[in-house]
Amino acid sequence: MNPETTDATPSLPTGTDDQPIPANRLRSKDLVGIAELSVEEISLILDTAVAMKEIASRPIKKVPALRGKTVVNLFFEASTRTRTSFEIAEKRLSADTLNIAAGTSSVVKGETLADTVHNIEAMSPDLLVVRHSSSGACHFLSRICRAGVINAGDGMHEHPTQALLDAFTIRERKQRLAGLKVAICGDLLHSRVLRSNVLLLTKMGADVWLCGPPTLVPTGFARSGVHITSSVDEAVEGADAVMMLRIQLERMLGGYFPSLREYFNVFGMTPERVRRAKPDVLIMHPGPMNRGVEIASEVADGPYSVILDQVANGVAVRMAVLYLLSGGAEHEAVA
Amino acid sequence: MKRLLKGGHLVDPLQGIDAVRDVLLDGDRVAAVGLDLPVGKDVEVIAVPSGCILCPGFVDMHVHLREPGQEHKETIATGTAAAAAGGFTGVACMPNTQPVNDSASVTRAILERAALEGAVRVYPIGAVSKGMKGESLAEIAELRAAGCVAVSDDGNPVPTALLMRRALEYAGMFNMPVIDHCEDPSLKGEGVAHDGYIAAMLGLRGIPATAESIMVERDIALAEMTGSAVHIAHLSTRQALRAVWAAKARGVRVTCEVAPHHFVLTDERLTGPISYDTNLKMNPPLRERADVDGILQGFTAGTIDAIATDHAPHQADEKHVEFDRAPFGIIGLETAVSLTLDRLVHTGVITLRRMVQLMSVNPCRILNVPGGTLRPERPADITIIALSAKVTVDLSKSRSRSRNSPFGGWTLKGGVVATIVGGKTVYVNEEIPGAAAFGAAVARA
Repeated sequence: MNPETTDATPSLPTGTDDQPIPANRLRSKDLVGIAELSVEEISLILDTAVAMKEIASRPIKKVPALRGKTVVNLFFEASTRTRTSFEIAEKRLSADTLNIAAGTSSVVKGETLADTVHNIEAMSPDLLVVRHSSSGACHFLSRICRAGVINAGDGMHEHPTQALLDAFTIRERKQRLAGLKVAICGDLLHSRVLRSNVLLLTKMGADVWLCGPPTLVPTGFARSGVHITSSVDEAVEGADAVMMLRIQLERMLGGYFPSLREYFNVFGMTPERVRRAKPDVLIMHPGPMNRGVEIASEVADGPYSVILDQVANGVAVRMAVLYLLSGGAEHEAVA
Repeated sequence: MKRLLKGGHLVDPLQGIDAVRDVLLDGDRVAAVGLDLPVGKDVEVIAVPSGCILCPGFVDMHVHLREPGQEHKETIATGTAAAAAGGFTGVACMPNTQPVNDSASVTRAILERAALEGAVRVYPIGAVSKGMKGESLAEIAELRAAGCVAVSDDGNPVPTALLMRRALEYAGMFNMPVIDHCEDPSLKGEGVAHDGYIAAMLGLRGIPATAESIMVERDIALAEMTGSAVHIAHLSTRQALRAVWAAKARGVRVTCEVAPHHFVLTDERLTGPISYDTNLKMNPPLRERADVDGILQGFTAGTIDAIATDHAPHQADEKHVEFDRAPFGIIGLETAVSLTLDRLVHTGVITLRRMVQLMSVNPCRILNVPGGTLRPERPADITIIALSAKVTVDLSKSRSRSRNSPFGGWTLKGGVVATIVGGKTVYVNEEIPGAAAFGAAVARA
């Protein structure tokens, strides 16, 4: 447990009626991005996730915190890992869950996003977990929905629960975020994981280094308080954590770099390059990985890889977000 | 029927007047301008309320009236009614209708409808190329004969230097300007917002400033080569402005217009209070602070020739979608004068005299249409404004058929009092005390 934030750690409902009301809660009904969260709110989510993680180690991995709540997972873009992670999180909190994928929805019949969501809202869900290919889609929905909206990835904009689980993973190993050097390498331009991580890590005082080919660096990004380099060695030098971002084949076809082979030669994370980092460096990847493109297998599977920890922690962090946004603690107290 | 506008302050740069003058109208023409004009028989005297400024009628040289083909967004009747309410006595309408205004029959249909239902004068702009496809020249001579005042492929930049060269050469024969939406398509890509820090953080694909300036430079080079006139539509970047400034200095026939949203708003607005507001999505996009500062300097330096709205109506449903799926464009006819007074005149960026040049004298000169002055014998097209009027933008009262504006609820200093076209009052702002002196608005037709 992080000593700096112990005070903010809320109690979790265990099914009894005499739960204390947590000192802190989230200000908004939605989690649309890290940009909207304060440092205190980020700490609250991470602290709550610590308690949530314990539930996964129980023989009965279920608490009644979201009993009677309906959560709709509305995925307008393909996702396996994030959707599965949310679904497990919802089930461990006893929510009633429903998955809607774009392919099976009315969107293919020409219905607008607003109409699709109004139809779902008519059935009184409490939370909508939304993934959409358009940046800002969750902001748009949060304005027109009564239900809380959780952003599970919007276009190239944000993927806040991914950044939260990344931060949780780092904090679990390093006991802090402030002052750590975190290098993030790969396709910076198209990555929503990057934007959420930059916002979160800079808010929490980490020293963030971004590395990628200049064709894949967003315009003006240095203003976000990060270092940008095209030298992997410089980015990785003395790093406490190295996060790799997926390189999609489409980017090569889009002319951002000449070939996957050349990409790996110049930017791929190899054991030699990792040696420049701190000896206890954490190797991270939001998945899905392209072995031999952005990351060598020896690194992905190496002793410092926490890639599977990230997946496990994703469930705990999403439980924390669902719990805090469902007004769980307040609701339980009233009941 | 004669009407005497008595005791108003007249700003008429072409006559060198910026003082109290009476203006006598005889039918659809100006009969006399002077101090204490005698009141003859059968003259209706209109005592101009104090604080009102008479200007030669404003002309918006970049408007989308949507008719024919997209009457659910706007019609010639609603668009010109909005123009009248915005103080414009004339509008030039872009050819991106359905069908495209690339033939004399479409031009005639627009003009016939405008004659029947138009509240203000309508000046059609014909297409540069057939179907605005950027392949071969439209029948520009016939468009000209039917009444087109300029040619443009509107939202489609003229794609090749060769076609632009030919358009300039050919339209130059009639002294018609070629109006170009300057944007390199390969640099624009699928962009939806200004390529800068804001778009980067919001995850919106960027349209770089260079996409505009690179094609402005091309068009300037071709105007220089052909000796013809090119007009840069809705200039939005400091780089393009520098190019225009340098070209003018060496005598190239280039003019440019700026839309109010490009001197009032920056891309930072996309972050809130309404983040990803589709009423902030237009092309060219809202640029960064340095561009707005550059444009303000361009007004001061005189590099900018005209203020034009790029009035682009879209229905609420069409804008009530994800940002990247929304159509580009906002309406602007009814807010342009107040935004210009509030943000340019009251702040001291430009004088009132310069505002009249930007909104009346220069648009008329660039398009070679009557107006721009209230000299005797000229059309009695008059825009009456009040500098100190407090105007709150109420979109629910808009005359336009669409409501896609980011300025709803804004309170601005300065506004339109009345609009007179061909001697007839076509708009009276009843919220301004004394405005009723200009009589009830009547249908021009």
